[in-house]
Amino acid sequence: MTEPAIRKLRVATTSLAGCFGCHMSFLDIDERLFDLLDKIEFDRSPLTDIKTCGPCDIGIVEGGICNAENVHVLREFRANCKILIAIGACAVTGGLPAQRNHLDLGQCLQEVYVTEPSVTDGMIPNDPELPLPLDKVHPLHEVVSIDYFIPGCPPSADAIWKFLTDLIEGRTPKLGYGLIQYD
Amino acid sequence: MKELPVFLLDGAEVPYRPGQSVLQAALAAGHYIPHLCYHPDFQPHGSCRVCTAKVNGHTVASCTTMADSAVEVESDTEELDDLRRTLVQMLFAEGNHFCPSCEKSGNCGLQALGYDLGVMTAGFRHLFPDRPVDASHPDFLLDFNRCILCELCVRASREVDGKNVFSLAGRGITKHLIVNSQSGRLVDSEIALSDKAAEVCPVGVILRKRIGFVTPIGQRRFDRSPISKQALEDAPRTGAGCDD
Repeated sequence: MTEPAIRKLRVATTSLAGCFGCHMSFLDIDERLFDLLDKIEFDRSPLTDIKTCGPCDIGIVEGGICNAENVHVLREFRANCKILIAIGACAVTGGLPAQRNHLDLGQCLQEVYVTEPSVTDGMIPNDPELPLPLDKVHPLHEVVSIDYFIPGCPPSADAIWKFLTDLIEGRTPKLGYGLIQYD
Repeated sequence: MKELPVFLLDGAEVPYRPGQSVLQAALAAGHYIPHLCYHPDFQPHGSCRVCTAKVNGHTVASCTTMADSAVEVESDTEELDDLRRTLVQMLFAEGNHFCPSCEKSGNCGLQALGYDLGVMTAGFRHLFPDRPVDASHPDFLLDFNRCILCELCVRASREVDGKNVFSLAGRGITKHLIVNSQSGRLVDSEIALSDKAAEVCPVGVILRKRIGFVTPIGQRRFDRSPISKQALEDAPRTGAGCDD
């Protein structure tokens, strides 16, 4: 008699106002990806190129919230994922993009697209397809409820591996000394 | 050598010398109590409250509570660690602590405490305050974004350097570090490279110029071992060198 197949956990990932560094670090788990793929399958993710998130067990979100589309995607993840994880400094704290938070957004755009010395005939992009930037950059937990946080810029592959295997095997994820890092 | 009096810490007997605080005696005897604004070289300040313990059932700062054989202290409990985590989280949310670009990263007391307590997020809404830096001095950068108001620089300048270069001004959320000079800028103050105040900052506020990121990742202070271990190694021993 064959054992009933164990349902694979469905996992979605995305990068919002991030640099994809956390995704690169995730791929850095190298051949352990094969072990992981015995237990999970990917839904929406840059790895599958699926564009919308369906019902998932785990959502992993990299990057903070800097524009209207980020808010939309994050809410889609929250609505579809039983467990939502903020991964990396930007998702957890706002990170590098949030360094603009004490500056005026209008002045930032003006300087980058109009008055910067190397720009000639510049203009602030106004294509209606472009998502509107938010006045401030926010960490994820300021917009939706987040279940777990993995800090780090990026978190190491070992930290991501430890966290995910703990979670998948039903333990409370715990990163000890050496795996928790903020930089 | 006379037998020292003891008090109970988490059920263990801790010897103390009269005049020692609960925190000093605990560290000296090899029992770690998390702390941030306490430094063995200076008068205790009692402001960060990370060393909060239950002394005879009351929550107090263990750095400013005198050791006494009549006290029974609780420290290593999930309840108190939760409180400590919240304090550390509030410090992270209140300032601009962007560790990935900070020269102090890996050598930072606040960061190391976060690691040790298992702080995974600041949790609260980040305030993102606007705090311009003072780069006026040729040898130092003052980055107020990371100040946690521990007053270690204030105490070092006053107690060791005899200069009063730093002070805290304002109240509550507006409280901030100021420089004692006519212009308010560090370049016009009396600070010198050899000052204790110049090297005592536990976070990345008072930074020596031209030595940033000199130690590679993996070899920085708290890459080598956790702050809880180093605090015990650095603590003056009560037993050894006790002459009474």
